[in-house]
Amino acid sequence: MPITPDVILFVVFGLIAVLAAINVVVQTHPISSAISLVAVMGSLAMLYLLLGAEFIAAAQVIVYAGAVMVLFVFVIMLLNAGTEVRKGRSFMVQLLGVPLLVALLGLTAYFVQRIYPARETVHFGGFTGGSPQDIGHALFTTYLLPFEVTSALILIAIIGAVVLARKEID
Amino acid sequence: MTAIPISWFLTLSAILFVLGVAGFLFRRNIITLFMSIELMLNAVNLSFVTFSYHNKDVGGHLFTFFVMVVAAAEAAVGLAIILTIFKNRSTLNIDDVNTMKD
Repeated sequence: MPITPDVILFVVFGLIAVLAAINVVVQTHPISSAISLVAVMGSLAMLYLLLGAEFIAAAQVIVYAGAVMVLFVFVIMLLNAGTEVRKGRSFMVQLLGVPLLVALLGLTAYFVQRIYPARETVHFGGFTGGSPQDIGHALFTTYLLPFEVTSALILIAIIGAVVLARKEID
Repeated sequence: MTAIPISWFLTLSAILFVLGVAGFLFRRNIITLFMSIELMLNAVNLSFVTFSYHNKDVGGHLFTFFVMVVAAAEAAVGLAIILTIFKNRSTLNIDDVNTMKD
């Protein structure tokens, strides 16, 4: 049975996402974590394309990998953030942290495998309802109220950021 | 293997989420904690888009869109708070910002 490009794309970009996510956690310098996070977001955009979400893939690159991460890198540079100081963690965290996280991952993976059987597969072009036209239609009919609330949220966020980061005038 | 099972996408999402939780629990730098939160939000977004594919419905994409908007607003306000903390305390280590704990 031949291996289709879909599978190759998923394996390659899924592996990049997982490895870069591990790198986000293990790097001690914030700027290394930030660059790794950009890699995660880029490969997730690729997976969104595979799932037929063109608009979301574009928004992921523009909003997340572009705007949000530039803000992060900007703040890291502004604060001159260096390598973080390793302090001894509490006994409970050292003892239970990793086993509990592995248990969480194992349980989630187990239930996902149980709920979604292997015959349900993803192939490119299997869902074509993610175009900007469909998104816009749903946004202005079914999801009109959340969309309007979002604009108020962004206004509050802008004012909040300006008030918090403003220089005190003596 | 000619196609990817839908559970692989959800498992990948779970892996990314757990890595985000791990970063949130084990890291001490407040900016890295923020990036771990973004990682968790991204993992959940992947789940939403996968469910959207599964149900052949555009609703999951809209939820992802709203999560992105909230994440952008959160990043703007959160980074402003980090700037204020740094201005007042000259530290980014969350172990040094524990006034409410004492």
